[in-house]
Amino acid sequence: MIAQLIFAACVVAGATLFARRIRFIRKNILMGQRVDRFDRPIDRWKVMARVALGQGKMVARPVAGIMHILIYVGFVVINIELLEILIDGLFGTHRAFAGLGGLYDFLIATFEVLAALVLLACVVFFVRRNGMAIARFRSQEMGGWPTLDANLILVAEVFLMFAFLSMNAADVIAQGRGIDHYIVAGSFPVSQFLVPLYEGLTDAGVVAVERGMWWFHILGILSFLVYVTYSKHFHILLAFPNTYYSDLTQQGAMDNMAAVKKEVDLMMDPNADPYAAPAPEADAVPAKFGAKDATDLSWKQLMEAYTCTECGRCTSECPANQTGKLLSPRKIMMDLRDRIEEIGKQRDASGGTWNGDGKALLGSYISEEELWACTSCQACVQACPVNISPMGIVLDMRRSLIMEDSKSPESITSMFNNIENNGAPWAFPAASRGDWIQES
Amino acid sequence: MSTFQVPTLADMIAQGKAPEVLFWVGCAGSFDDRAKRITKAIARILHHCEVPFAVLGAEESCTGDPAKRAGNEFLFQMQAAQNIAVLNGYEVQRIVTGCPHCFNVIKNEYPELGGTYEVMHHTQFIRDLIGQGRLKVADGNPFKGRRITFHDPCYLGRGNGEYAAPRDVLSSLDAELVEMKRCKQNGLCCGAGGAQMFKEAEKGNREVNHKRTDDVLQVKPNVVATGCPFCNTMMTDGVKHAEQEGQIDVKDIAELIAEAADLFPSN
Repeated sequence: MIAQLIFAACVVAGATLFARRIRFIRKNILMGQRVDRFDRPIDRWKVMARVALGQGKMVARPVAGIMHILIYVGFVVINIELLEILIDGLFGTHRAFAGLGGLYDFLIATFEVLAALVLLACVVFFVRRNGMAIARFRSQEMGGWPTLDANLILVAEVFLMFAFLSMNAADVIAQGRGIDHYIVAGSFPVSQFLVPLYEGLTDAGVVAVERGMWWFHILGILSFLVYVTYSKHFHILLAFPNTYYSDLTQQGAMDNMAAVKKEVDLMMDPNADPYAAPAPEADAVPAKFGAKDATDLSWKQLMEAYTCTECGRCTSECPANQTGKLLSPRKIMMDLRDRIEEIGKQRDASGGTWNGDGKALLGSYISEEELWACTSCQACVQACPVNISPMGIVLDMRRSLIMEDSKSPESITSMFNNIENNGAPWAFPAASRGDWIQES
Repeated sequence: MSTFQVPTLADMIAQGKAPEVLFWVGCAGSFDDRAKRITKAIARILHHCEVPFAVLGAEESCTGDPAKRAGNEFLFQMQAAQNIAVLNGYEVQRIVTGCPHCFNVIKNEYPELGGTYEVMHHTQFIRDLIGQGRLKVADGNPFKGRRITFHDPCYLGRGNGEYAAPRDVLSSLDAELVEMKRCKQNGLCCGAGGAQMFKEAEKGNREVNHKRTDDVLQVKPNVVATGCPFCNTMMTDGVKHAEQEGQIDVKDIAELIAEAADLFPSN
């Protein structure tokens, strides 16, 4: 009975901490600007099914892709077991679903095989990350916490899977010895090989291992639940909404700013009264052009920051990064996440409203040099397995540089002037545009 | 042009004729000496296939693409408004562009601003002409058996998902098509996009076009085929930098086809 109460308390504590973090992150994301991503639900479900559920873009890199699918499938399927663990823990039962008979044997056997594959994949990932010279895991922005975060998760996953298999191995022994409470149920294709590890133990020892591993497993999962919300591993949840709310327009298309359109329409309208008082707007907040800080970006872009799992495929495909320039699309996402977390904390500390802190994403986190290195080639967008667009953020920040601060490299300023005056980015007279016709 | 006159839309309308398609030349195609050769090849192909076409001439203006990608949305939308006014004024319906950046902007970004047209990249248009039997490679086609590799322009490939049209056109040359290790979705940028063409590259250890030239050299082609005037410039420079200009030609698909179909008067 005491064990059941402790178990219930742990579950409630884990769920509460998780829910509190989710509320915080949700509030942060909703500080972003409005963008309509609620149309075409059927297409959106399709994209989510293909990209997130179906891992469609992961396999572009076969080794990492297939290993990742193992962990993903293992994670999803093994968590069916969580339901049994919850019931057993709350009601003091043991293997509550054993009544399913043959189906139960099949399920347990499947979990075991997947657990072994997950273990294998995690070891491979750990070696790839730490023992092999894979450039994208060694970029500057990966120093310190990001690398530790990645390794912590891999090691934790190895321990969790080992605990799960050890729990079953001890159960096999307990079932064989007919220890009270241990009904004969399940099929154990993998953990049977762990039996020799625990066979020498007394009955009490076997029960202690089984119970210990059971508690380690569930407490591990509850801790993981809270931990992911602080970690890059939050992608396991956000990959789904993030792909659902994907930009469905052609990848080459860049959004037309509505605020600018209004002004241009007015300028082009011969009937407009230039001295008329501006029409009262629905939202009184003066429009800012482009993104200087995290909150100038859309809620979707902020969601992308929380979705990014720092795999670095964007950065490794980026032509600027490959040629030694400062730009790393992954760093853009990491900076954005750090910044919106910082803003969120300040907001909550000052009673729910954020009044600025003299810093900004542009300048305090991301430099102009990084922004000007982008060729807008969309390789980062194409590479992202969860449809994040670091490029979109770079271009929105360029808009702020140009339209708010009038800051651009001199040659870019001349290009603007040429287009304005001659209708071409070079200083050729507009009237000579058709001259090639006369040239043989 | 020595053998025929490319008509402007204004002239054509004045004569009471309406073209089937407007050839949107673009800034590079109008002003850059190297790119003008691509423009002329496209014009020759259209003329040869008896496609009733016209250009805007001095009435054409920059689509605003480099301004937009550099962050100047005002300038972009001013350019868009001006171009759309011209195009709509002439009731243009079909456009073929010689540049994937123009193609992308007119196709994807102009509709919301009031300009909706059927827009094709010149490689798509040429593919259709070949498919309809209107354009044939001549018997003595100089590219037969040559090794050709295609460098995907970002705004034709990734931007608009068109990987097949340029390759279909190239396959009509009876040449040996070789793919670089990074091609199609994974193609490496030439380094000119996002307004980079108009500025110095940021500090780094290499130029993007030199890096891309490494990919080219790996497959040892006789010709690098391009579909974008900016890619063409970058790849030409890259091949020169690698001191391979004697061995490797950089040519737009329109030039290759025009040459293979013997559309240039012998000189």
